[in-house]
Amino acid sequence: MLYRESGQFVTSYRADQRVFRLWQERWGLALLLAVAFVMVPFIANDYWFSAILIPFLVLSLAGLGLNLLTGYAGQLSLGSAAFMAVGAFAAYNFHLRIEGMPFLLSFVFGGLAAAGVGVIFGLPSLRIKGFYLLVSTLAAQFFVQWVLTNFSWFSNNSSSGVITAPQLIIAGHDFSTPLGRYLLTLGIVAALTVLALSIVRSALGRNWMAVRDMDTAAAVIGISIARTKLVAFAVSSFFLGIAGSLWAFTYLGTVEPHGFDLTRSFQILFIIIIGGLGSVLGNFLGAAFIVLLPILLSNISNNLLAGAIDPGQLENIQKIIFGALIIFFLIKEPDGLARIWQSLKRRARVWPLRF
Amino acid sequence: MHAILKKSTQLLAVASLGVMLFSANASAANEQYFPLQSYRIGPYAAGGTGFFGGFIDYLQYVNAKEGGVNGVKFTWSECETEYVVEKGVECYERLKKGLNGAPAAATNPLSVGIAYATLERSTADKLPLITINHGRTDSTDGSVFPYAFPLQLNPYSEVSAIINYIAEKSGGLDKLKGKKIVTLYHGSPYGKETSPILELLAKKYGFELTLLEVPHPGNEQQSQWLNIRRAKPDWVILRGWGVMNPVALKTAQKTGFPTDRIIGNIWSNSEEDAAPAGAAAKGFISITTHPSGTNFPVLQDIDKFVVKAGKGNLQDAKRFGTVYYNLGVVNGILNVEAVRVAQAKFGKRPLTGEEVRWGFENIRLDDKRLKELGALGLVQPLKLSCADHEGGGAVRFQQWDGSKWNVISDWVQADRKLLRPIIEESARQYAKEKGITPRDCGKEG
Repeated sequence: MLYRESGQFVTSYRADQRVFRLWQERWGLALLLAVAFVMVPFIANDYWFSAILIPFLVLSLAGLGLNLLTGYAGQLSLGSAAFMAVGAFAAYNFHLRIEGMPFLLSFVFGGLAAAGVGVIFGLPSLRIKGFYLLVSTLAAQFFVQWVLTNFSWFSNNSSSGVITAPQLIIAGHDFSTPLGRYLLTLGIVAALTVLALSIVRSALGRNWMAVRDMDTAAAVIGISIARTKLVAFAVSSFFLGIAGSLWAFTYLGTVEPHGFDLTRSFQILFIIIIGGLGSVLGNFLGAAFIVLLPILLSNISNNLLAGAIDPGQLENIQKIIFGALIIFFLIKEPDGLARIWQSLKRRARVWPLRF
Repeated sequence: MHAILKKSTQLLAVASLGVMLFSANASAANEQYFPLQSYRIGPYAAGGTGFFGGFIDYLQYVNAKEGGVNGVKFTWSECETEYVVEKGVECYERLKKGLNGAPAAATNPLSVGIAYATLERSTADKLPLITINHGRTDSTDGSVFPYAFPLQLNPYSEVSAIINYIAEKSGGLDKLKGKKIVTLYHGSPYGKETSPILELLAKKYGFELTLLEVPHPGNEQQSQWLNIRRAKPDWVILRGWGVMNPVALKTAQKTGFPTDRIIGNIWSNSEEDAAPAGAAAKGFISITTHPSGTNFPVLQDIDKFVVKAGKGNLQDAKRFGTVYYNLGVVNGILNVEAVRVAQAKFGKRPLTGEEVRWGFENIRLDDKRLKELGALGLVQPLKLSCADHEGGGAVRFQQWDGSKWNVISDWVQADRKLLRPIIEESARQYAKEKGITPRDCGKEG
């Protein structure tokens, strides 16, 4: 009744190619952004900013980065956390070693450094596919961590190997408060999401999908496989690098190589599997599932059951519930949460007159 | 229609549950709160359950025996971190506001990673961050790090004390010249942290230092120990972690290196590190800031008031008096003492984090006070100040006899005068990077 395209005619190619063709969708998005940028700052507190919203946004962005590579270009990777680490440490060093480097620019350079490393570790993808590629990206995961631990130059010779974020001052404004860090993260994530949406709809994105669906056919119609795959690695690593910088600087305020270990790569992989491969929205849904649900479970169980059950047992019960939920969702919808959202939209279009 | 009704009832139920959860704020009582970022599951659960068990039991004991401090009872709640940094941050943010109106006194994450991540938050929130026996070395300088307390022993003091002990065994610091010492360290930032200090000491005293790395997790050390056998060192300092420790001891035995020439550091000193190596661990020496065992009045009191009353926090009663448990008790003693000192100045009421910080900075534990606390020999004499957030810097040495640790030395002091300029330099650099103006400790009362 409310959500349908009747009466909305497109009269130009431009209008036909919009990302959001229906006014309902455009308004919905505008409302969402307004809530995120304007309303949330008024109602949320430190706990929500620092412990829930910022990690949710950063991991959504990381998921987005991996999804471009895996979901759109079809290249499996387990090196996501390594590329995040490269981004974080590169941004730190650019900012530290170049006098007067603007903060945001060092983020961009961090992302570019990650992109470079990504291309190098993407080279095996020209020869191998699928699970074998997965194993070769694992090399990135171990190599980067090893380099960052063993060459203390990267952490400015800090004896403990832990880097701390410089002051978050951009154009004279101090973004160090939880609210400031949230707005900074949100702004960057929103901008990069727009960028990702445009990329996947551009010729590049179509090439990626062609390679993903059948690389021989893609080669036959004139797509350069090598170039497409390497660009996919570069773009994906750029997004991951920025996510790594945000993780280090706006979320934790400190970072050590150990913070970007294999577990983090798996976490990002789970985000895109649960959220939905080949979807932009899916990353946000997946990150919400992976980040928010355990916190919700932990809050509920601590409030309702604390004292009644041994705390260690309580934690294990939460893990069991969380695991069961993952299995449940994957059985119900193997294509991820984004698909559930799509089918909801489809149903909303015919509601309430279904027949 | 029926289905819709059912759906909306479910929704309503969920919503009201939510309201219940977030409105559970009873009125404030006369209580002081400790937010506990504990870890009871995951790879480091052995340390977490022991430490937080001891901490909670000590708080229970103070509540049961004395009714808290000056009538202010202690309360606490736990949040599981699994030793994972971002979980620790989430827990910090969740718990920092206090519980049911009782203000938080201090956080004790017992994790270097979490401590680093919450360091700036603690300063902004004015909540003391206690990192007993570990933490950021330069946070010893309280003028730059007003809210961080690496109580008793920071990593630099730790190696310095070990070298001093070796000197004592060899007959003086001048006898260190020409000695060969190998440090076998865990391949992580933690493992490498003290290498520059060891090199400095090697230069100063003229001993020959070899640094050998064991990659994480350290379950294969054959080549390192063959190297050690070739070098024939007088001592091996084991800077291990987790599974690396028992494997080191077993491999040492296999390659024929005498176990009583291996000195374990602060994270290689628990029952959980030595016992799995079985007979190979016999004779292994390690440092400790507190002896294990139950022969201290305070532990016997805890046994009487808490454990015998069926309220003990440990699931396995046999772990009562182990290294990790006693570390929790020591931590409890120091936290409670800080609250007591601060109450003497600010009044007998629940205190804010800022007031408790003053308490920490004015802890004065001499032998007389320790005796009153029933902790003489368990806790080292400690005197903290605005500039010095470590206080002690002394360790005792213990030896594994195959089933338990026996203390084999008195307190061995680190050369803190030598280390202080390095710490101050590092703190000054941090202050510059962060744009912090250090406090003037001369003006602090």
